[in-house]
Amino acid sequence: MTVAILRRPAPRAVTGADRGSRQREVTVRPSPGPTTPAENDLLARLRTRDSAAFTEIVRAWSPAMLHVARSFVASHASAEEAVQESWLAVIQGIDRFQGRSSLRTWVFHILINLARRQGVRESRTVASDLIDRDEAASTVDPRRFRPVGDRWAGGWRAGAAPQPWGPEAVALNTEARAVLTAALARLPDRQRVVIELRDIGGLAADEVCGILNLSPANQRVLLHRGRSKLREQLETYHNHGEQR
Amino acid sequence: MTAEHIPCNVVVELLTDYLDGGLDAATAVRVENHLALCPPCLTYLDQLRTTIRGVAALPVETLSDGAIAELEAAFRGFHTPDPLQ
Repeated sequence: MTVAILRRPAPRAVTGADRGSRQREVTVRPSPGPTTPAENDLLARLRTRDSAAFTEIVRAWSPAMLHVARSFVASHASAEEAVQESWLAVIQGIDRFQGRSSLRTWVFHILINLARRQGVRESRTVASDLIDRDEAASTVDPRRFRPVGDRWAGGWRAGAAPQPWGPEAVALNTEARAVLTAALARLPDRQRVVIELRDIGGLAADEVCGILNLSPANQRVLLHRGRSKLREQLETYHNHGEQR
Repeated sequence: MTAEHIPCNVVVELLTDYLDGGLDAATAVRVENHLALCPPCLTYLDQLRTTIRGVAALPVETLSDGAIAELEAAFRGFHTPDPLQ
């Protein structure tokens, strides 16, 4: 793993004893490096066995971890198992964690390694080893644009331009959420995992690159393709609703 | 049309980079200029944002209380061996 080592600050001794076990919110800003004060503080609390700190990150990060694990294993139960095993590995490794990546990147890295191994045992196709076969250059149906040679080539065709969804679409209703959930499940594995890490887990782009070993360009392509397909599904849902 | 014009079908492919701040400054300005004059592309960008917010707001499952309690017990019970011994 090579995550933003260049920006790593000089290691400093963490003296946990003087930090005590203050109650603080876990607000770890997305960052590939370990440099945020919040993270250093959190790490110190974990190293002094502050169980409130541990409970906070377990509650804060496990939902996204379950989502991600689910992409690698065959069942929800297996995903839960992978997440639990990851936290146990975190407990055992926390004193050896050297802070070359952010704490969160490290935790997700452990998760993905464990989930991947478990997926292999379950003979499930391993997501990150899949070649992204989704090679289409455009994420919007090219027929919606004016053709080459047209005076306005590449512009939206009359009648094919996106229509506003209306104010009620801002907060998705139950039906729209179901559309989105189904569309997410149908995405190619790598696109789905990137979306889960970025848009559900709230991780930063460079964290995701570190965890999945992607180039920045590749990460953006996967994210863009995935989001575009989800938007398209919502568009179909909303347009269909208007016609009724 | 100027040399700086980017057509709609190119703009829609740049919007994730645009939202991430991943475009070079010149391209970002071109995208912004396009969006200012092109309601359909602006609608598209809004819909992409709605989609992203929608994904972020999807209900998530978490570990059961029992599982979390087990992890808390494991955390409390774990002691690093004293390196001096």
